Order: sequence, then structure tokens, then C-alpha cells
Amino acid sequence: MILHLYAVLVAVSTAALIFAGGLVTSTGSGLSVPDWPNTYGWFMFTFPLDKMVGGIRYEHTHRLIASTVGFLILALAFWLGRVESRAWVRRLGYVALGAVITQGILGGITVLWFLPDPISIAHASLAQLVFCLTTSIALVTSPDWKGGYARRGPAPDDRILQRVAVVTTGLVYLQILIGATMRHTEAGLAIPDFPLAFGHLIPPHWDAKIAVHFAHRVGALVVTSGLVATAGHVFYHHRSRTELWRPSALLLLLLTVQITLGALTVLSGRHYIINSLHVVTGASVLVTSLVLTLRSVRARFGDDAGLSAHASINVPSGGSNPPPYVRGAGARA
Amino acid sequence: MNAYLRSSLVLLALILAGLGAACGGGSQQQATAPAAPVTNPVDPATAGSLKGSITLAGTPPAAQTINRRSDPYCEQQGEARTQTFTVSDGGLQNVFIYVKDGLGNLKFPVPTTPVVLDQHGCTYVPRVFGIRAGQSLEILNSDETLHNIHALPANNREFNRGQALKGLKHTHVFTTAEVMVPFKCDVHNWMNAWVGVLDHPFYAVSGTGGAFEIQGLPPGTYTIEAWHEKLGTQTQMVTIGPKEAKDLSFTFKL
Repeated sequence: MILHLYAVLVAVSTAALIFAGGLVTSTGSGLSVPDWPNTYGWFMFTFPLDKMVGGIRYEHTHRLIASTVGFLILALAFWLGRVESRAWVRRLGYVALGAVITQGILGGITVLWFLPDPISIAHASLAQLVFCLTTSIALVTSPDWKGGYARRGPAPDDRILQRVAVVTTGLVYLQILIGATMRHTEAGLAIPDFPLAFGHLIPPHWDAKIAVHFAHRVGALVVTSGLVATAGHVFYHHRSRTELWRPSALLLLLLTVQITLGALTVLSGRHYIINSLHVVTGASVLVTSLVLTLRSVRARFGDDAGLSAHASINVPSGGSNPPPYVRGAGARA
Repeated sequence: MNAYLRSSLVLLALILAGLGAACGGGSQQQATAPAAPVTNPVDPATAGSLKGSITLAGTPPAAQTINRRSDPYCEQQGEARTQTFTVSDGGLQNVFIYVKDGLGNLKFPVPTTPVVLDQHGCTYVPRVFGIRAGQSLEILNSDETLHNIHALPANNREFNRGQALKGLKHTHVFTTAEVMVPFKCDVHNWMNAWVGVLDHPFYAVSGTGGAFEIQGLPPGTYTIEAWHEKLGTQTQMVTIGPKEAKDLSFTFKL
């Protein structure tokens, strides 16, 4: 349980890191600290607080939070390696550690190479994956996951829900990639009005920035359709499954907030706080969709999905009924 | 077989003819090769000058007070206002005027004295200036706060250097002519400057009243360009005779 709470802390810290990264981009502070890994020649953790002025406040704070999250994930991977009996969960920890290290290196390279778009976009995109990994670890170390959500009856193995949820999560990630491209290519205000585009449904003229911006708007409609379809399916077919309808309801709430923030980002001329909230809310939509997806496929993980060093379940070779979350044992909606 | 031989011979003849034409072209190119560059070509006895002013048609937006609260030191330096349109006596300041074309293959010695760009009062001084390709640029931090100097050229090497302490100096040499190279400070997002990098000394920046003067021009016909950070560029053709002082004015419209 402590490991799970710690994993939740790591996931929340990752969200804070994404918000801090959003502030760096939104304030144009990415190059306010020209060197890396040092800060104006100081070792990162000894940089004087009174020198954190202007854009340095955002960039250096982002680096401090990133380092902290890096250490938290290192400890998480180590902890999982020591106590976790499920090999795939241990591997998840190592992958998260590798991802956060790669993320740090990408962050350094993008500073030293003056923010080249591909590196900056890769940095923004990998951040989302790190958040997905830490959230997944928090989820699969939870008592409810280990118990197979069996308190309310066998976990459903709804193939339609699984497919819709997987596709929707993929679409959300794709939409975030387009958003990252839009942010880092300075296309956030390429279409200056909302909800119309230059007063029309379709932009009357095009260039690369307008195309990226418009793709993000179209992407929002596609993602909205996917999320509404997923949530609608859950509300209709799995009303009694708290572990499914809660993230579904949260998804619809986050979606509303996210669309509002997207509109306000344009209408406010990219206010840096609104813009950064849009980034972190997008990340929250992604991980919420991921949680829903993982919970929808929980029944397909088999009995190994819930085993841990301190809560192992032995399935006899014959005779006894398998646990309710063993594949094929759950109800199909 | 005969047909094959004939074809081969025709092909060989075509190749030889092509090679001959290529060789002939080469000798023709040699015949029209440009003359060797003339170094230090200005004759003071015949050199002319260009004098004029930059005016602004229309009412510029009022200068805005810059919010510098993000750095207490900068805030303590007093009120700072936007300098995009600095107008005095009807003239527009901070316009870069230079000879864009007409100097041919003339080469001019590069000054050994550096040009200084100062970060003073959390502002770049000067805001617009010129420098020669190959001439040293000294970037100085006169403030008791941190600055980063981030140059964003298109044809020269980009650089971004931090200056954490007062008195620190960074020297840079631009190798290629480029008009204009922007500078910005990512710590203080209101700090901007522009430098025109040229391979000749014929440039000026409009000052009080929008006045400018370019001296020591060899007689000839030139394309003169005026650049403003917001209003873009304008060009004019001008012919300068021996010892002639030519008047030239530009009007930027809002």
C-alpha cells in the first residue's frame, strides 16, 4: 500500500513537472539558462535563489522539479525491483526510469542546440509517456487492481469497450503530439479566432502553421467523439462498475475543461498560465483515458496481474475455481 | 556489326564534341573571370557622402510602460518604455540604412576596434547598430543581474551565452554579411537588439530627428536600403558623383 501511495505521489509529481514545462514554453524561457546541466556555471542545486529572475525562474524551476521527479522515479524503480514479484511491473519501473533519463537528456540537448523543433517536440511527447508510465505503475500497484476489481463482481471483459478505449487513448496521444508540434512551431495563434477560423468554418487560406493549428482543432473534435463514445458505452453497459464509470465521468469533466482552456488560449493571445493549464489538462485526459483502458482490459491480464510479493495468490493446478479476474472468468458485457 | 560500329563512332564523336565544348566554355569563363578585388579603394579626393533623414507618416502607437517586475533589479532601474517607434522632431530613430548593392568587388579593411553592445539598465545599448563581418563584437553586462545573449542569425552561427555577473564580457565575430541579426535576452523578454553585419563600412543608424549620414562613398550608383524592426525595408537607387554630398530621405508609413 505504501508503494502504491508512493507511486501516486510520483505520478502527481510528473503532472506538476509537465505543468512547469508548459510554463517554460509558454513564457518563452526555454533558453534563459544557456548552459546544461549547470545553471550559469553553478551546480544546479546550488544556484542562488536570488538569481532566479525573469525567465530563469521558469526554466530553472523546471530543471529542479525534473531532477526531483527523476530521483523519485529512480527510487520507484529500485523499490519495485526489490519488492515487486510481477516481472512486468518491475520492467515497467525500469522503462519509466529509462524514459525519464532520456527525457532529461532530450531537455539538455534542446537547450544546447537552441530548441530545434524536432527535439523540443520529442521532449514534449516523451513527457506524456513518462506520465503514462508513472500513472500505470500507480494503477497496477493499487489494491483494487491487485484484487481484480472483484469486490463488485467479476471484472468485465468487454471487447468493444477495450477497442474503443484503446483507440481513443491513441487518438488523445496523437492529438497531444499535434498540440506539441503546434506549440513548438509557434502556430498557437496561426488561426487567431475561435470557434471559427478567419471567420469561416474552414480557413480560407493555408500555410504550414495554419494547417497544424487547424489539425489540432479537428483533432479535438475527433478526440471528443472518441471520449464521448467511450464514456457513453461505460455509462450504458457498466453502470455498476465504479472503476470504469469514475474515470469516464472524470474524462468528460476534463474534456470540458480542456476545450474551454483551448478556446481561452487562443482568445487570450496565449496567456502563459492558461496555455500551461491546457498542456497539463491534456496530459490528464491522456492518463485518465489510459487508466480507463487498463481497467477495461484488467480481466485479460490473468492472475499474474495481481500477484505481488506480499499478496500472492496460488492457483491450484486442478479442482479449484480460478480467481474471478482470470481470463475468461469475468462477465462479458 | 557495321551498324553497331557506326553507332559507337557517332556516340564517341558526340562525347568528344561535348568535351570540346566544355573545354572551350572553360576558357571562355577564364576570359570573363572577375578582376581581382581592390583593397582599400576609397580615394578621399573623390569620395562623396549621403545624408538624409527618416520620417514616419502616421501616428505611431504610444510607447508602453514595460512590466519588469520579474526582476527586482530591473524594476529598480526606473520606468522603461517600448522603443519600437522612437520618434523625435518627426524623424524615426533606430532605422538601419546601408548600401545594399553597387560596390562591386571592392574590399574594405576590417576595423580592429571592437563594437560594444552593452546590457545596461536591463536594456540593450544600442538597440540597432552595424558591424563589419570579421570585426569583434564585445557584449558587456553592466547590470547587477543575469542576462543571456541570444543571437538568432540566419546565415551566421547562432549562439546563446549567459552572463551571470556584472562586468562580464563576451566577444563574438560574425563571419558573414547579414542584415539584420536579432538579439534577445530570454531572461528579460523585453530586451531586443538588432545588428546589421556588412562586408563594407557604408551604413548608419538614424538618430535624433531621424537623421543619418554615410561618408566616404566612392563615386557610383548604389542601392540604398533602410530597415526598421517593425516597418520592414525600403530601397532607393542613388548615384553619387566625385565629392558629391547627396541628400536622401525615406518615409515609412504606418
